[in-house]
Amino acid sequence: MRPKLKFLSEDLIRQIVDESVGILCKLGVELNNVEVLSMLSDYGAEVDIPNNHVTLKEDIIQKALDTSPKSFKLYDVSGVETNDFSGYKVHFTPGSAALNILDYHDNRIRKPLTSDYIKYAKLVNGLDHIKSQSTAIIPADVHDKISDSYRLFLSLLYGDKPVITGTFTIEAFEVMKNMQITVRGTEAELKEKPLTVFSACPTSPLKWSDVTSQNVVDCARYSIPVEFISMPLSGFIAPVTLTGTLVQHTAETLSGIVISQLTNPGAPMLYGGSPAIFDVRYETTPMGAIETMMIDCAYNEIGKYLGLPTQAYIALSDAKQLDAQAGLETGIGATLAALSGINSISGPGMLDFESCFSLEKLALDNEICGMTLRMLEGITPKEDFPTLPRLEELLQEGHLLISDHSMKYLNEEQYFPKPIIDRANRPRWIDEGSLTLGERAHRQVKESLDQYSSNSLSDDVKKELVRLMEKEAKKYGMDALPARDV
Amino acid sequence: MELLEQISISLQKGDHQKVYDLTKEAINNNLPPKEILDDGLLVGMNVISEKFRMHEIFLPHVLLAAKAMYAGLDQLKPLFIEGEMPNRGKVVIGTVHGDLHDIGKNLVGIMLKGAGFEVIDLGKNVPAENFVETAISEEADVIGMSTLLTTTVPVMKNVIELLKSKQPNGKVKTIIGGAPITGEVAMEMGATTYGYDAANAVERVKQLVGDR
Repeated sequence: MRPKLKFLSEDLIRQIVDESVGILCKLGVELNNVEVLSMLSDYGAEVDIPNNHVTLKEDIIQKALDTSPKSFKLYDVSGVETNDFSGYKVHFTPGSAALNILDYHDNRIRKPLTSDYIKYAKLVNGLDHIKSQSTAIIPADVHDKISDSYRLFLSLLYGDKPVITGTFTIEAFEVMKNMQITVRGTEAELKEKPLTVFSACPTSPLKWSDVTSQNVVDCARYSIPVEFISMPLSGFIAPVTLTGTLVQHTAETLSGIVISQLTNPGAPMLYGGSPAIFDVRYETTPMGAIETMMIDCAYNEIGKYLGLPTQAYIALSDAKQLDAQAGLETGIGATLAALSGINSISGPGMLDFESCFSLEKLALDNEICGMTLRMLEGITPKEDFPTLPRLEELLQEGHLLISDHSMKYLNEEQYFPKPIIDRANRPRWIDEGSLTLGERAHRQVKESLDQYSSNSLSDDVKKELVRLMEKEAKKYGMDALPARDV
Repeated sequence: MELLEQISISLQKGDHQKVYDLTKEAINNNLPPKEILDDGLLVGMNVISEKFRMHEIFLPHVLLAAKAMYAGLDQLKPLFIEGEMPNRGKVVIGTVHGDLHDIGKNLVGIMLKGAGFEVIDLGKNVPAENFVETAISEEADVIGMSTLLTTTVPVMKNVIELLKSKQPNGKVKTIIGGAPITGEVAMEMGATTYGYDAANAVERVKQLVGDR
């Protein structure tokens, strides 16, 4: 039996959805994109172009929900399926778009460079419980205007796994789409086997910028999956109650679903988000707060009720270092998210309110993900009835260490994390150097990087990716890309 | 592949039936027993020991390999002339008097046997005299004592002192282990060494008896 967690009754979910639909039909949303406003107008929405505003109608929302796909899959650069976003299946992906990286050597934050990104991409390739890359850090050694496409470029050049990404501008979409078509071969093949998910973030409360709404439209046109990242902050720019925040999150996400599905019915989407409570004491948005995690799990239930696969920024921490807080917030988040069946769990590796990435934390979190995935396997009898013969064997042999039954099921029943998780007794731990968690994680990162060889794209495809990226960089005055020989 | 190499590889895989069959074949082919042992079984077991020491493989794999080794070794034993059979060493083990917790001690016994030692397990709640008398009468190389309780740690010291008084030449070495035991505790009471887990205990015992 797969263990499951629920926070909302179906009655409450219905009430939340009805309330949010009512809000969209009464208050509507601010939408700063004339093309999108015109399209919505064509479908009967009440549009006020001078004021960048649209008021939706129940039937439009229903129409969009009716065409929303219940599931979709992602495929790696070679076209092998890696992520099945359906039902209660869960997949972990690193947290996304950090401005800083925590440098292991001096334990300080700094701006990430190309070399950091390449190390990150290589590391992700070897982490068995992380099923997709995300464009986790923003390299600071390229022009701002290409920092989005450049992340995808490096991920495709060095990693095999599909990429959770996004654009910072409308213009960047074109090259990011072209890179994907280069990897797949044709537009049709890309549609058949999605390679990326683009984050699309409405602005709370109830707003869509020109860039993000256009991005939803562009992705829908090419059937590139999007994840909607609504970010209400309880008590600040959302009601203080978790239920009120959920109503607002639902309204903002539904408005995104409408834009996507009216553009291209059936375009793949994740019902996602990055809501948080607002901590009035520190004026921060704690991703590790238990209430934040509860909102995540609950909106996932709403997404499932509406028939969509889901995503959340959870399994991450607000700690500044790889400390106990980092572990506990990530561990609790991963556990709750997995039990709730959030299909794409974005978080591993991330610290400090989604602003700082740590390779060591990612390696540690991979083990947390492994434990969590083991938990989801649940408790299932495996030749356990009758157990009597097992105990007879035990009494006769004195142990079951090499019993056939043990040898058959040991690796199924028990997940063995890498030695980042300390399970040695104290003398052995001392004997092996009294390493701290950070030191063990760093050692693991180094080992993983040593094991990396290359990704599976052909040299021709890589050359074309480089050509596309160099051409894009030239547009913004960069004659050469940073060196990649790290 | 050469027969002896096949024996080594089958042993490493923990395939006791295959090791049994191949050893039989080697004997039938008139290969010298010492060669079968040294260049087949022991080569395989040394690989296993090294992998275990490097934490590349774990308890069950070592025990499976050990079972396979004995499947071959038991056939060779009768072929060796008395005294010619290589002997890794003899270890008397037990949980000290006043303590009934013997899981750790049992694990050490299993692993020592796996590594080729002859093990005399005195069980639990073992009086000091028993350890010492058995070790002397059996001409053992090492006494291994375990305890889980802090209250029974001093009992280990009694055994060590009794051993010194009965056999002052230090021929029989001592190793202690268990939750309350650290290197410091071992040194204070005059034990030759200590082991922090079963694998470590086997390594230490190997060091105590030296290469044979």
